[in-house]
Amino acid sequence: MRITTAETRKATRTISGAQAVVRVLEEAGVEWVFGHPGGASLPLYDALYDAPSIRHVLCRHEQVAAHAATGYARASGRFGVCTATSGPGATNLVTGLADAMMDSAAVLAITGQVVRANIGTDAFQEADVTSITTPITKHNALVMDPHALVRTLREAIYLCQSGRPGPVLVDVPRDVFQTQIPEELLDEPFEPRRRPVTKGHPARIAEAAEAISQSRRPILYVGGGAQGASEPLARLARRCRIPVTVTLMGKGAFDETDPLCLGMLGMHGTAYANYAINAADLVIAVGARFDDRVTGRLKDFCPHARFIHIDIDPSEIGKNKPAHIPIVGDAREVLEVLEPLVQPPDVEAWWKQIEEWRTRYPLRWKPGPMLKPQEAIEAIYRVTRGEALVVTDVGQHQMWAAQYYKCRRPRTFISSGGLGAMGFGFPAAMGAQFARPDALVVAIVGDGGFQMTMQDLITAVEWRLPLKIYVVNNGSLGMVRQWQELFYHQRYCAVQLQNPDFARIAEVFGAVGVRVERSEDLEPALQRSLEVTDRPVVVDLIVDPEENCYPMIPSGQSVKEMILGD
Amino acid sequence: MTNALPTPQPRPERRVLSVLVDNVPGVLLRIVALFRRRGINIHSLAVSVTEDPGVSRITMTVECPAALAESVVKQVRRVVEVRRVRDVTDAPRTERELALVKVNAPAGVRSEILEAAQVFRARPIDLTEKTVTLEVTGSPEKIDAFLNLVARHGVREVARTGSVVLLRGSATT
Ligand SMILES: Cc1ncc(C[n+]2csc(CCOP(=O)(O)OP(=O)(O)O)c2C)c(N)n1
Ligand SMILES: [Mg+2]
Repeated sequence: MRITTAETRKATRTISGAQAVVRVLEEAGVEWVFGHPGGASLPLYDALYDAPSIRHVLCRHEQVAAHAATGYARASGRFGVCTATSGPGATNLVTGLADAMMDSAAVLAITGQVVRANIGTDAFQEADVTSITTPITKHNALVMDPHALVRTLREAIYLCQSGRPGPVLVDVPRDVFQTQIPEELLDEPFEPRRRPVTKGHPARIAEAAEAISQSRRPILYVGGGAQGASEPLARLARRCRIPVTVTLMGKGAFDETDPLCLGMLGMHGTAYANYAINAADLVIAVGARFDDRVTGRLKDFCPHARFIHIDIDPSEIGKNKPAHIPIVGDAREVLEVLEPLVQPPDVEAWWKQIEEWRTRYPLRWKPGPMLKPQEAIEAIYRVTRGEALVVTDVGQHQMWAAQYYKCRRPRTFISSGGLGAMGFGFPAAMGAQFARPDALVVAIVGDGGFQMTMQDLITAVEWRLPLKIYVVNNGSLGMVRQWQELFYHQRYCAVQLQNPDFARIAEVFGAVGVRVERSEDLEPALQRSLEVTDRPVVVDLIVDPEENCYPMIPSGQSVKEMILGD
Repeated sequence: MTNALPTPQPRPERRVLSVLVDNVPGVLLRIVALFRRRGINIHSLAVSVTEDPGVSRITMTVECPAALAESVVKQVRRVVEVRRVRDVTDAPRTERELALVKVNAPAGVRSEILEAAQVFRARPIDLTEKTVTLEVTGSPEKIDAFLNLVARHGVREVARTGSVVLLRGSATT
């Protein structure tokens, strides 16, 4: 018997798993997918062929795809999507996922997997990707039941953005992509298993307000979790004249050109920020996690202070330093409630002391016969009028960029903070440019780190991204060289770089390449780089190879051991 | 002799944790990984489904200071499939473990072993000419004590389930 009424045809309409994936992405508003195809993900690409609203950016390495998705997420505040095939494709995502995990970036990774029957048999291009990525993802899932695909993907999209964001990976066997599933699965409403607590406890907030009002030496210690809380944060700081120090991840959450801002703290932070926080009687940590690069030796960090710790992730509270007033909640929601309750404390003497430190120990560098890296960053800051969206790689140049490029708005400074992954800067800048096509996106990279992912220059050329890539070229793995100089008796080992001509490389890829060797050529070259609007520009800045990054609190030490430099 | 005496290390504390999780693959790996990366030894681990077939209970005993356990417990709580975690070490609780103990039992000592077993309410569940296998249930300490007692006869094999725990009275674990 054959039933052929229109009614039953509709009820039994099916689509493939891959088509369902694309439908879920479309419905979530995904415009860009960064990826690289392969056997196990072919069905997904076949479905993307029919999806005009989703554009796929073919990255030349999956690590680039993951960092680009991260840059996209961090610049936009939405989630970024990357995809890779099974085995080597998926393992190439690992660094990017680990970075996104450490820096709480909302990234969705979809990987192809070998067909279900072959899982666990060491099949061609099989890797146990959910096991590999377990400690470096917020959540992950291998989809064995095609009927669970839609739900799993929707949950992944929810989870990567909710509460404390992070990467979520969905591993899909090729035959699950290919299985026909009822279209009506797409109509099932999605309910998350749990929702994070976003509203702070009122009694705790009142206690915090009281503590701030009573304090004499308060300081706001602002991390990446405050990127969405800049308005109430600014109101609190300005009305109560509370000094603010930002972490590498917190840069931009508070206007660094405001005199209330002491800049970055920590290992390479400003001396006055470090002196201030260590003399404070009350530290108000907002979306910050007391990382060792910030605190140095934990037991000597802020010896006189009580801590208010505001964080959406309860596991961060008390992890490294006990919190006297813990507040679990979303930084914005908590500060909105807290701010009006605070009576401005008496901070006259406190500011007098801070200004003294600020005048005595400013950030500084000495001009020399060669171009100085700090000089280069200051020039980049000037020509971009402090308006650029800055993305950095990892090393000395990263710290100089953090010190000398003052950020005014949230989500305008993107750097690999927690993982410190070289190779991050340029791909993340690509992702950021896709997220904000009209923004001036500047990648400040080192000559070492750029070489880890620069093959994807061709991707930036292909998409005509007007990226500015400023290579702070000190002919070495500068940060490592600095440690060898200071802590290993100048026994330089494996830190000198024989570099290609980056400007010529840029030209070969079809980008614009410029080389700058002298101070007087610096600003004109940077100016010219801003005039290029239809392709990337690489400016190779040949800087003094001997320059060190100061101030520096050596690893595991305290503010007392800070090296100010000469 | 110049060897200094080693400073006595504080005995690692035994913490008992009870975790309720969705009954799906992969959860255990995620949880165990959080202990492993801190170098915490998992002394015992018992996993089984609960009164709700969608939910499993993991009871684990770990060796670490209370503060460290607390820090990891908070991280366990972040795992999406985890419904509830409790450190029940200091709570009034019922705790049981089951062990199967295979002891050498030649004719001459067999009755002595069985007598000892009776004191511990251990039941013989297998008997051969050379061995007896006993089932003993109780607190981990009781099982340790029983193993000590029969050790001199030669314990061939032991299989222990690890502790399972429920809070006393109407408190939910
Ligand atoms: C993937 C990776 N490998 C190694 C390191 C260790 N490391 C940190 S900074 C650095 C040197 C970076 O050199 P470069 O990119 O030239 O930047 P510079 O410090 O010279 O500004 C290295 C090797 C790292 N952070 N990431
Ligand atoms: Mg370098």
